[in-house]
Amino acid sequence: MQTADLPDARGHFGPYGGVFVAETLMHALGELRDAYEACRSDAAFRQELSHELKHFVGRPSPVYHARRWSEHLGGAQIYLKREDLNHTGAHKINNTVGQALIARRMRKPRVIAETGAGQHGVATATVAARYGMECVVYMGSTDIERQAANVFRMKLLGASVVPVESGSKTLKDALNEAMRDWVTNVENTFYIIGTVAGPHPYPMMVRDFQSVIGRECLVQMPELAGRQPDAVIACVGGGSNAMGIFHAYVPDPGVKLIGVEAAGEGIPSGRHAASLCAGRPGVLHGNRTYLLQDANGQIAETHSISAGLDSPGVGPEHAWLKDSGRAEYVAVGDVEAIQAFHDLCHFEGIIPALESAHAIAHAAKIAPTLPRDRLLLVNLSGRGDKDIDTVARLSGISL
Amino acid sequence: MSRIQARFASLQAERRKALILFVTAGDPDPAFTVPLMHGLVEAGADILEVGVPFSDPMADGPVIQRASERALAKGVSLRDVLDMVRRFRARDTATPVVLMGYANPIESMGEGRFIAEAGEAGVDGLIVVDYPPEECGEFAALAKRHGLDPIFLLAPTSTAGRVAEVARLGSGFVYYVSLKGVTGSGHLDVDEVLARLPGIRAATQLPIGVGFGIRDAASARRISRGADAVVIASRLIQELEGAPDEQLVERARTFVRPIREALDA
Repeated sequence: MQTADLPDARGHFGPYGGVFVAETLMHALGELRDAYEACRSDAAFRQELSHELKHFVGRPSPVYHARRWSEHLGGAQIYLKREDLNHTGAHKINNTVGQALIARRMRKPRVIAETGAGQHGVATATVAARYGMECVVYMGSTDIERQAANVFRMKLLGASVVPVESGSKTLKDALNEAMRDWVTNVENTFYIIGTVAGPHPYPMMVRDFQSVIGRECLVQMPELAGRQPDAVIACVGGGSNAMGIFHAYVPDPGVKLIGVEAAGEGIPSGRHAASLCAGRPGVLHGNRTYLLQDANGQIAETHSISAGLDSPGVGPEHAWLKDSGRAEYVAVGDVEAIQAFHDLCHFEGIIPALESAHAIAHAAKIAPTLPRDRLLLVNLSGRGDKDIDTVARLSGISL
Repeated sequence: MSRIQARFASLQAERRKALILFVTAGDPDPAFTVPLMHGLVEAGADILEVGVPFSDPMADGPVIQRASERALAKGVSLRDVLDMVRRFRARDTATPVVLMGYANPIESMGEGRFIAEAGEAGVDGLIVVDYPPEECGEFAALAKRHGLDPIFLLAPTSTAGRVAEVARLGSGFVYYVSLKGVTGSGHLDVDEVLARLPGIRAATQLPIGVGFGIRDAASARRISRGADAVVIASRLIQELEGAPDEQLVERARTFVRPIREALDA
């Protein structure tokens, strides 16, 4: 089976993916699978989606040649896919619009979501307001403290934000809690998962909604640069922006795919979030994938300067792309990411999200080693306005 | 005949219903688990369900989550849980013990190794909450070869096709989840449960245990009219939460006694 044809009918990407949930959720997932299949093959749905992506989200997002920064690095040319210019400031909205439209077709008046940094929560609250749905966002109490601005944004948009106090009080626990809500309120509730993880059909469905990113690049790169890139680079937490830009390029062996995980304070320190680089396969959140876990199979606590990458698992398709060798996964630490954040501000007048800064940092690392006619396409998955407090704090400045 | 089958057969002969009681291994401290298991048997448990603590118990409500967190804070691993069962078996060779947990600690140990060691420790049945039938055909077959009963959950939303699949793969008993929600939820509708059981009964010869949300003698008694077993978990843990160490076993006995009496009345 071609990598691009995955997952199989039961949601497997080789040994990864699947439906590892309690029986209580099987029916809801079956319903969702059927509804998604129906939408996927429905021209009216596709038309409505692309209308929303154009007029509400602002697609297509441009590809931009970071000429001054490339010049400074003195090697390969770096192109940025500007997902930061979408409504709400990140790629997350591509997926929430799609899932909200399915929810509407399924006549579910209530949507729920998990969020870590708050970007997916904001994107969900946004579409809930747009379509007139009730919205509840689960967020770890630790994350609520460090992301106060996004919590307020969600509330402005009419969502209730529920603090999660269990476990490590972060993203993974918020996902557990959202699942518990779903199982209890399944008749009227649609669960909008924010990344390419979770039980089937979520990894496939979220990938499909995000793959608009790579499809646009396929057209835009030849227009702007005369050809397709030599490598596509994206940061990987759960992996949705990376799958979004990789997917269209998977069948083209001439394009190298590079996923960049968060090395936090360094992989040897144990304080990182690099599940593909440093984890091993296991089962969590409804799928089998690479996980950061201890010797007894308990899920480990993770660390990254970027809350959006701070997750112990990763989407199962990335696990498959890693094992099959189609994509390469590397890790970039807090310090390098911050440096890249500043560089992009200085050289290009773009404030990147700290998540995206990891991908940018890796591009900066390899560009000088390559000839000047090589092309690197980096997914600039979000804007960094949400991170200025964090960056200011690191510089000893209080805003 | 497995210990679980034997227990259901003898209860049926006496026209009694099984009481299945749950403890999270290592909660509040590993030292109490084995004495508590013996105490629950003395108080009237027919089968013990031992929860394996996991960092991300997605199907559990707050009570079992807290129990899991307390046990993990004491460093309890799957291997420690098997050791507790082994020590329990030194004094009690008759009461079936079912482990209930999540897939990852098992896969981390290795499925084959876990099944072999669980069988050797004296475990009789396995409930792996996030292993639905379609993801664990090999695991269930391997468990059966080692004399362990793979026990599956059925939910109010399970289709006839899924009931049939559980009937084919499972053994020991089937565990009917009595409500839409997580363990320990508060909205049990007894009549709705009783209405669902004949459909399951028609699809399988296996005894039916009912759990999630059964909180007292009255609801246990009413459920037992249609079921072969009732499971009490969160409510029991709640009873023990915060109890002084030396009173744990006595508290459990006091809580269980009226339930046992109601089931036997």
